[in-house]
Amino acid sequence: MGRVWGSRLFAVGVLAVVLSVLPVLLPGTYTLDVLTNVGIAAIVCVGLNLLFGYAGQISLGHAGFFGIGAYASAILVTDRDWPAPLALLAGMALSGLLAFAVARPILRLRGHYLAMATLGLGIIVSIVLNQEVGLTGGPDGMPVDPFTVAGHTVEGPLAWYAVVAVSLLLVTWLSLNLIDSPVGRALRAVHGAEIAARTCGVDTASYKVFVFVLSAVIASYAGSLYAHFTGWLTPGEAGFLRSIQFVTMVVLGGMASTFGAIAGAALLGALPQFLTVFHDYEHVMLGLAMMATMILLPRGLLPSLFALFGRRVW
Amino acid sequence: MSATFVQFLFAGLTVGAVYALIALGFSLVYNASHVINFAQGEFVMLGGLAAAFMVADGVPLGLAAVLAVLLAVAVALALYLFGIRPAHGASVVALIIVTIGASILIRGLAGIVFDRNFHSLPPISGEEPIRILGAVVAPQSLWVTGVTALVALALWLFFSRTLWGKAMLAAAWNPLAAELVGIDPRRVVLASFALAGALGALAGLLITPLAPTHFQVGTMLGLKGFAAAIVGGLGSGPGALVGGLVVGLVESFAAGYLSSAYKDAIAFVIILVALVVRPQGLLGRAVAERV
Repeated sequence: MGRVWGSRLFAVGVLAVVLSVLPVLLPGTYTLDVLTNVGIAAIVCVGLNLLFGYAGQISLGHAGFFGIGAYASAILVTDRDWPAPLALLAGMALSGLLAFAVARPILRLRGHYLAMATLGLGIIVSIVLNQEVGLTGGPDGMPVDPFTVAGHTVEGPLAWYAVVAVSLLLVTWLSLNLIDSPVGRALRAVHGAEIAARTCGVDTASYKVFVFVLSAVIASYAGSLYAHFTGWLTPGEAGFLRSIQFVTMVVLGGMASTFGAIAGAALLGALPQFLTVFHDYEHVMLGLAMMATMILLPRGLLPSLFALFGRRVW
Repeated sequence: MSATFVQFLFAGLTVGAVYALIALGFSLVYNASHVINFAQGEFVMLGGLAAAFMVADGVPLGLAAVLAVLLAVAVALALYLFGIRPAHGASVVALIIVTIGASILIRGLAGIVFDRNFHSLPPISGEEPIRILGAVVAPQSLWVTGVTALVALALWLFFSRTLWGKAMLAAAWNPLAAELVGIDPRRVVLASFALAGALGALAGLLITPLAPTHFQVGTMLGLKGFAAAIVGGLGSGPGALVGGLVVGLVESFAAGYLSSAYKDAIAFVIILVALVVRPQGLLGRAVAERV
């Protein structure tokens, strides 16, 4: 156990060093904004990876929870003058409740049916956000006030980068600990052989609900950060394409690998920045990238790399 | 029956027929390859948009329609040969991402090759509306439902009366046994993708005179078609027809009587309920899973 603990601590340490060195290596407001956006997506992906990489339950609707968090913060802080941290928690509670309410019936489904159900859920959320113009401003979007805690406002690219980096570290730490706990083993059992796990007395249904709710709450947290960070929110952030982006990031980096999820978010998040050169071809390149990785690296980036060096993947 | 009821009924049947054609494409491909082709909606977009551009350039409607269908068939075959076949043996999720990637790619290319504006096609037989039981129906609506019914009949004859159709059914049922009696499974998969592309393009051709097309219309149409396929029972031909009509009618009546803003959402709520209550679909058989 000592070694496991050591390697986990080491892994988070490496991430912490990388995250603190990045703004020094890549200074500038624009790069910091890109890094912050990547970090926010990475938080969602670490949570989604628990559900999808470890427990093997696909979700094509997690942008819905991201959107609920984002709009809870936007509406409660900007229009209702709630304190920002309270709004963030309210968003997480709402996402968690919704996830809990639908989890049991939905997670009984498998494969394409689960994909369709989660997709439908995400689309319903995004339609509501588009149609409730009085609350959300509709397709045009709405402004979001800055994030203020006890008189201090998170302002400027570096401050936001720091907040997101620390959040990402915490979520990563949480994820690594969970994976090495009995819960994590149960989740892997659900993925590997659900019926065998049930036969052994693992309450698979409850574990699936737990990890679905957890990943939804994490997505909501990231959504709240995103809303305050950008200052302007549109329903596109909760849309189908956003959900697909999150799933692709997880698969691109490598399923069942926490750092793979982060790497996937970094790659896919940074890709459009390089692709602005191609301008009109941005979507063409994104589509090609998605197809190429799945065909050439079906196990994802990090596991393929680690397999090359014969190392265990975190 | 009140006139508004009949009005909503016809609107629902029309859009439902289009969903049914898209759902048939999903089911054909699923049966042959166990792939859910999320790019199916893009064939609909290609059919309508390509034909609209050709007609605007002076090509006769009939010729434009044939060429648009051929284009969609070519794209569908390319998708299989360069996207799905190289990913052979990949997980369900990887294949879902490949086809979603393909749909983003096709959409991106369409945005460049065509343009990003709305385009329409002239209706097949004029715009003079017909009055039926007090409702006002566009002749194109009758074309949509009529052609869909003919296509369904033709597909039924193809699968039940021809050697080719029976070979495709056999390969879907038990690929190994089919191969043993001399059916080439690769040709069956190719034929399924080609047919799915053609059905999608046909749906696009039929609906474009009623609802202008755009390089991004494929996403929602594809999702509704997928929903219809699941509601009816994935892989079932009659199921795809019933599923398409159910989704179309529910959407139309919900839009008419409840809220037009939420018509898309209501369709997805029905699908969620359907999935939870009867995941094998209306006409699907419950399958016991081997452990």
